Amino acid sequence: MTAVALPIAARLRRGASRSRLGLLLDAVFSSGLFVGTFLGVLALGLLLWTVYDRGWERLASDPSGFFANFVSRFPARAGIKAALYGTAWLMGLTALFSFPIGVGAAVYLEEFAPRNRLTSFVEANIANLAGVPSVVYGILGLGVFVRFMRMGPSLLAGGLTLALMSLPLIIIAARESLRAVPVSIRLAAYALGATKWQAVRHHVLPAAMPGTMTGVILSLSRAIGETAPLIVIGAAVSIFNTPDDVRDPFSALPVLIFNWTSRPQPAFAEAAAAAGIVLLAMLLAMNTVAIFLRKRFATRW
Amino acid sequence: MSQNPLTLNHDVNDATRSAGPTRRPEVPTSPDIAVVPDTDPVFQISDLSFFYGAFRAIRDVSMDVRGNQITAVIGPSGCGKSTFIRCLNRMNELIPGTRVAGRIDYHGQDLYADDVDPIEVRRRIGMVFQKPNPFPKSIYDNVAFGPKVNGLKPASMDDLVEESLRRAALWDEVKDKVKKSAFSLSGGQQQRLCIARCIAVKPEVILMDEPCSALDPLATNRIEELMIELKQDYTIVIVTHNMQQAARVSDRTAFFTAEVSDEGRERTGVLVELDRTEKIFTAPGDRRTEDYITGRFG
Ligand SMILES: Nc1ncnc2c1ncn2[C@@H]1O[C@H](COP(=O)(O)OP(=O)(O)OP(=O)(O)O)[C@@H](O)[C@H]1O
Ligand SMILES: [Mg+2]
Repeated sequence: MTAVALPIAARLRRGASRSRLGLLLDAVFSSGLFVGTFLGVLALGLLLWTVYDRGWERLASDPSGFFANFVSRFPARAGIKAALYGTAWLMGLTALFSFPIGVGAAVYLEEFAPRNRLTSFVEANIANLAGVPSVVYGILGLGVFVRFMRMGPSLLAGGLTLALMSLPLIIIAARESLRAVPVSIRLAAYALGATKWQAVRHHVLPAAMPGTMTGVILSLSRAIGETAPLIVIGAAVSIFNTPDDVRDPFSALPVLIFNWTSRPQPAFAEAAAAAGIVLLAMLLAMNTVAIFLRKRFATRW
Repeated sequence: MSQNPLTLNHDVNDATRSAGPTRRPEVPTSPDIAVVPDTDPVFQISDLSFFYGAFRAIRDVSMDVRGNQITAVIGPSGCGKSTFIRCLNRMNELIPGTRVAGRIDYHGQDLYADDVDPIEVRRRIGMVFQKPNPFPKSIYDNVAFGPKVNGLKPASMDDLVEESLRRAALWDEVKDKVKKSAFSLSGGQQQRLCIARCIAVKPEVILMDEPCSALDPLATNRIEELMIELKQDYTIVIVTHNMQQAARVSDRTAFFTAEVSDEGRERTGVLVELDRTEKIFTAPGDRRTEDYITGRFG
């Protein structure tokens, strides 16, 4: 037993009980992970900087015009008013449809559904739906809402399509947060003579709400950044009034950006980047709210 | 056993004095505890078995629980104590794949009869859990929830909340902060809040599954005092691992143990004996009880 003879300082020294290879691997992995994180942040920084660099001048030179004008053949006079309104309407409609349905489905699956084949089939398919490309939802929206239900390329059809697209993620996020509510809370409610619905309604659902809201906002922010499904169902660019009804045709920021970037004039590319800044600002604001909700209201059990 | 409910058991003190095996928990001999009037049975349990799937957790338990008494349930870990008391308010059936056999009469009514609503059962037979489990809401809302969902319409909810908190010996500590989160309370206070919440729905029976196991001796003491006070109005069944606690608070004690059944290798819980607490701790009728309370149990 030579170790007994070693002084304490030697026994506590780095590497005293670990091989050199172990220490080396430790260093390699932690620096590898750091580089990975760094690359991710770098890519995001580059993206933000490019958009800022290309679009900021255009945005700052005439901000009121940029927000207040409709589109135009002349890049200097073109603005994003219709698209901004359209995106705001879409966001509201998408939230309106997807939130109650998504949370309802999550509550049913998590709290009430019998554990049988049908339920696991539905659960597996929700996970699959979350992976379906957004353009496919556009095709679905075109077939069902625009044509079959005769909604035309309206805000309603757009909102419903984006809501359908957001549903799987909302259901998954809501179920996660429902599952995070400890069983002991449900038992406490039952032991007081509460029905299942009362336990869910008064305790489980409120406790799961911050997590659910975070999921809802994140999937909403994904939805309003979507271009493909809106183009497929027929979102327009040349719209010269703001919508005042869900049956109105609409434009949206990502659609407008797509349109502007495909034009030859460099000034339109700048306008597209400027609109991109607006869209990014909206998304970042939403994500900030989501993080805030999670940090501020989440129950720590 | 149809004794006159007013008969007092004077033989208790004699039993305490008789020399018994060593290392027995100290049995309190103050007259108000040692003298137990026989009250009417609230529960009459006959041949109760409980199954988790194919696993039989308790077998053929027959006993009764008397009103306005504290009945302690003791026994080694895994012998089915929790399973047993969860049968008394039908909490067990919330676990899918479980089955109950035998019969539990509650004031003469079969608890598991088809037309009995488990929700109604749980309102009348309240439960306090091992780990304090307040709702993530204010102290006030914790207490007011039960009355609200049960459609109790007290003249004043504030008064009902205050009365319940007083009865649970918590009012003085929280009266200035009833709107604060229940999570801001200490573990012992949270457990008393759970008791207050339970009392607020005006149950007839309170089941407690190791209510003090997460608490320090002082908080434990408060809850024990509280239980003794509450038995004026309620019937209490308490599961405990702490034999001193059983000896201190309970009127009657049921000793459960796990036995390897004839059918297979599984260990099934059985009731070994139920008797006055003094008797169980001084002159148990069964060898296994004696081994357990003197610490000879493996
Ligand atoms: N939900 C469950 N599903 C399956 N088996 C269970 C369940 N709960 C308990 N059991 C089993 O039933 C038996 C009795 O458990 P129970 O919790 O009633 O014991 P206990 O006497 O309360 O133990 P402890 O003193 O450790 O709390 C154990 O073998 C346990 O594994
Ligand atoms: Mg237990």
